[in-house]
Amino acid sequence: MTTALFYILGIILLAATLMCITRRNPVHAVIYLVAGFFALALMFYLLGAPLVAAWEVIVYAGAIMVLFLFIIMMLGLAPQEVPEGPGWQRWLPLALLSASLMACTLLLILEDPAAGQKVGGFYLAPQALGEALFGRYAMAVEMVSFQLLFATIGAYLLGRPLPKGEDQ
Amino acid sequence: MTPEMLSLSNSPGLFVGIMLLKLLVVFSVTMLIVAYATWCERKVIGHMQTRLGPMRTGWHGLLQPIADGLKLFFKEDIIPTEATRVPFLLAPMMILVPALITVAVIPFGPDLKLGGFLIPQQITDLNVGVLYILAFAGLGIYGIVLAGWSSNSKYSLLGGVRASAQMISYELSAGLTIIAVFMLSETLSLREIVALQQQDLWGVCSFVPNWYVFTQPLAFGLFVITGLAEINRTPFDMPEAESELVSGFCTEYSSMKYALFFMAEYANMIVIAAITATLFLGGWSAPFNIAILTMIPGFVWLLLKIFALMFFFMWLRATFPRVRYDQLMRMGWKVLLPLALANVVITGLVVVILQ
Repeated sequence: MTTALFYILGIILLAATLMCITRRNPVHAVIYLVAGFFALALMFYLLGAPLVAAWEVIVYAGAIMVLFLFIIMMLGLAPQEVPEGPGWQRWLPLALLSASLMACTLLLILEDPAAGQKVGGFYLAPQALGEALFGRYAMAVEMVSFQLLFATIGAYLLGRPLPKGEDQ
Repeated sequence: MTPEMLSLSNSPGLFVGIMLLKLLVVFSVTMLIVAYATWCERKVIGHMQTRLGPMRTGWHGLLQPIADGLKLFFKEDIIPTEATRVPFLLAPMMILVPALITVAVIPFGPDLKLGGFLIPQQITDLNVGVLYILAFAGLGIYGIVLAGWSSNSKYSLLGGVRASAQMISYELSAGLTIIAVFMLSETLSLREIVALQQQDLWGVCSFVPNWYVFTQPLAFGLFVITGLAEINRTPFDMPEAESELVSGFCTEYSSMKYALFFMAEYANMIVIAAITATLFLGGWSAPFNIAILTMIPGFVWLLLKIFALMFFFMWLRATFPRVRYDQLMRMGWKVLLPLALANVVITGLVVVILQ
C-alpha cells in the first residue's frame, strides 16, 4: 500500500513537472509546479518526515512560488489570454492531478490511523531533526547559511543605489 | 484503569462519531462568529465615529448579517468575458478553505473523560502544529493572487501583486516571532504550548500563569502587527485599498463570490486572533489560578480572548489611516524583520544563560 502510494505520488510529481515545463503561459506553469510541490510534500510525509513536509509547503509552495507569481505579474510576462469556449478543457490536467493528490491524501490518512497522534519510531520528531541538523550536521548547515549570506551581499551589491554623478 | 486517549485503533466507531461532531461544532461556531463579526464591526466602528451603525433590521440591527447574506445571494453573478474562468471561479474558495482548515489545530479545552477514554478538545493535535498553521496561512495568498490575475483587470492585478509582495514580507517576520516562542516551549504542538502556559509565572508567582505574553512581549506585539498585515486588515489593507484600487483583487467579483471574500477576511481574523490567544495568551486557560475562574470551561476563555483581540482589530480599523505602500514595505523589511531577528537572538542568549 505504502509502496503503491509512493509510486502514484511519483507519477503525479513527474506529470506535474512535465506540464510545468511545457506550458507557454508562465502563470499556468507556476500552478502546475505548486501541484508538484504538494506531491513532494506528501512523499516526505510518507517517508516519515512530517516536519520536512510542512517546510516543503511553507517554503516552496507558500513563499517561493508566490514570489515567482509576483515577478511574473510585475514584469507583465503573463500573456493576456482570451478565453475560448468554456475553458475547462485546458484545466483538465490540473484538475486530474489535484484530484489524484486528494485521493492520495485520503489513502494516507486511512493507511496510518496514528497520523494525528504523536507516535515515536517511524515518525521523525521535530526535536530529533533539530538535534541532527545543529549537532551532527552543524558544519554543513553553517556552510549553507554562509553561502546564502554571500548571495544576499552579492544581490545588495548589484542592486545598491549608485552614488550621484556615477553612470551605469 | 487510567483512561487512554481515544484513537482510530481502540474504538473506531466512537472516534469517527466524535470527530465528525467536533468538526461540525467548530465549523458552525466559526461561521457564526464570521456572520456576527460583520455586524459587530459595523456597530463598533459606528459607535466610535458617533454613529449608531445598523439599527433597522431586528433589534439594534441584529438580523443585518442574514439580510446581507440574502441580498448577496440573490444578486446577479457576473463573470467578466475577458476573465480566465476556472481560476476566477476557484479563487474565492482558495482563500476561504485555508482559513477554515487552520482552525483544526486550535485546542479549546482540557481532555474530557467519556466512557473510559480521554477525548481531546481539539480536532487534531499535530506534532508540527504551528508549522501547519504557517503552511496554510501561506497558501491563502494564492486565492488573492489568482483572483487578481484571472479577473483580467488592471485594478485587480495591482491588488494581487501588492498582496503577494506584502504577504511574503510579513510572513517572514511572523515566522521569526513564533520561533522565539518555540525556543521557550521546546515543542511545536499547540496542545503542549497551552499546557506549558498554565504553569506558574517564571516558576515563582503561583497566582499568575506563565503566559508567553509576559516573557515575550516584543514577540506578541510583532505577531499582532504581522498578523494584521497578513490578513490584509486596516491599516495594512493595501491589496483592496478602496481609495486607489476601487476594490483591489475583488473588484470584478459579485454576488456570493464576493461574499466568500468577505467571509474569508473575517475567518482569517478569527484564525489570527485564535493563534495569538493560543501562543501568547494561554489559549483556553483561565487568566488567574483561582478556583472560581478555572471552573469556567476552557472554550469560554478561548472565545473571550478571541473576541477581545477581534475588538482590538476593529478598534485599529476605526483609528488608523491606511499606510502608504512604500511605508508598508519599509516597515516590514527594515523595522519588523530586524526586531524579530533580535528577539530570537536575545531569547536564545537568555535561554542559554538560565540553563
